[in-house]
Amino acid sequence: MWTLEIEPDGPASAAAAPGQFNMLTAFGVGEAAISLSGDPAEPGRLVHTIRAVGPVSHALAQLRPGAALGLRGPFGAGWPMAEAAGRDVVIMAGGLGLAPLRPAIYRLLAERARYGQVQVLYGARSPADILFRRELESWRRRLDVEIEVTVDHAAVSDWRGHVGVVTTLLGRAAFDPANTVALVCGPEIMMRFCAAALGDAGVKAEAIHLSMERNMKCAIGLCGHCQFGPVFICRDGPVFRYDQVAGLLRHKEL
Amino acid sequence: MSGAAKDIEEIVREHAFFEGLLEPFGKLISGCAKNVHFQPGEYLFHEGDAADQFYLIRQGCVALEIKAPGRGAITFQTVREDEVVGVEWLIPPYRWSYDARAAEFTRAIAMDGACLRRKCEADHDLGYEVMKRFMPVLIQRLQAAQMQILDVYGEQA
Ligand SMILES: Cc1cc2nc3c(=O)[nH]c(=O)nc-3n(C[C@H](O)[C@H](O)[C@H](O)COP(=O)(O)OP(=O)(O)OC[C@H]3O[C@@H](n4cnc5c(N)ncnc54)[C@H](O)[C@@H]3O)c2cc1C
Ligand code: FES
Repeated sequence: MWTLEIEPDGPASAAAAPGQFNMLTAFGVGEAAISLSGDPAEPGRLVHTIRAVGPVSHALAQLRPGAALGLRGPFGAGWPMAEAAGRDVVIMAGGLGLAPLRPAIYRLLAERARYGQVQVLYGARSPADILFRRELESWRRRLDVEIEVTVDHAAVSDWRGHVGVVTTLLGRAAFDPANTVALVCGPEIMMRFCAAALGDAGVKAEAIHLSMERNMKCAIGLCGHCQFGPVFICRDGPVFRYDQVAGLLRHKEL
Repeated sequence: MSGAAKDIEEIVREHAFFEGLLEPFGKLISGCAKNVHFQPGEYLFHEGDAADQFYLIRQGCVALEIKAPGRGAITFQTVREDEVVGVEWLIPPYRWSYDARAAEFTRAIAMDGACLRRKCEADHDLGYEVMKRFMPVLIQRLQAAQMQILDVYGEQA
């Protein structure tokens, strides 16, 4: 996992909203959609967190300080921060899914008084895979936010926290389901389980928001590459209300 | 009946796992119960031992572990207050398939499995009540195991 900080060379792009993404180009290799993962209060610092899975992400992850790359954006509809005002906020992140949620967490903490309870529930594969660990630890020291981390499995010697799937943390979290906005990001299976668990806890589908991923090309709603049923992820998302995508998520081939 | 016996019945009926339990069932079940506690690092039981108990956790944290060759002990689940440790007492051969270690100072109600099995056999209404409460624990464990096997956060997910 690499975190890449980009300084604009030329006109700065528009300030990004939490949940938006940029298209990053590794010259000579190609382009990929990568979420902004930095603090939205510092729009001059474009921070991206990348997992090397294929050619583009590998090339981006290997960039040295001072190297050039291409950037277009920001694109897409982000997290519904305005809708969350005055309500409890439950954030459920899995694995790399914490990266696109990090700007939302910064925003919530910066405007803490605007929201009700704030719960951040994060599931990772193992203690070594926990993203932004130092930051999570410093947020945990705050008295006005609940941060809980769980891992799928851990060597006994290196972990004293929760072990189990992220949905088990929900049962212990304090929030008023009728007045809650949930923000969920992670692998699709994990998001389906989280949405179901949130629903069981009494959170309405309209109040659950998921960030979807599909391969992208144009990122501006023209090419149809990112089509997901009737919607384009790049233009209509990547953040969707669960009631808008629940039916689509059940189709394996989409 | 002594005061202590009444206390344990209250504790059992107030535990989240037995929430809403009818009074006669509460009496029968707590007849098999006793108060226990474990120091950090102390084991509740080991893999291969006879599973003749289960535990209602009242305080603390229990880590369920499996020894993996070359990797030491791996924790695959932690169980905390309001939750329950152990379903193996319910199903033959009544044997633990993992270790359970108190990760913190832990207070629990230990239930005698053979005692409760006898009562469930004699009173199927009680048996069904107990089954209904254990079934979700089994299903949740199964779903968690599915997610762990899929390794959803791994490179290929
Ligand atoms: C809105 C949006 C936001 C995104 N944000 C981020 C981000 O913040 N950080 C980031 O690292 N990626 C992010 N991605 C994913 C990234 O765009 C893709 O992984 C992209 O395909 C990488 O290109 P590549 O050439 O490196 O790999 P590709 O050649 O496209 O893929 C190589 C292999 O990796 C597999 N693969 C593709 N995507 C993933 C994935 N997400 N996880 C695991 N395996 C995968 C493919 O199935 C293929 O086998 C985002 C995608 C979208 C749509
Ligand atoms: S990437 Fe072209 S339409 Fe979405």
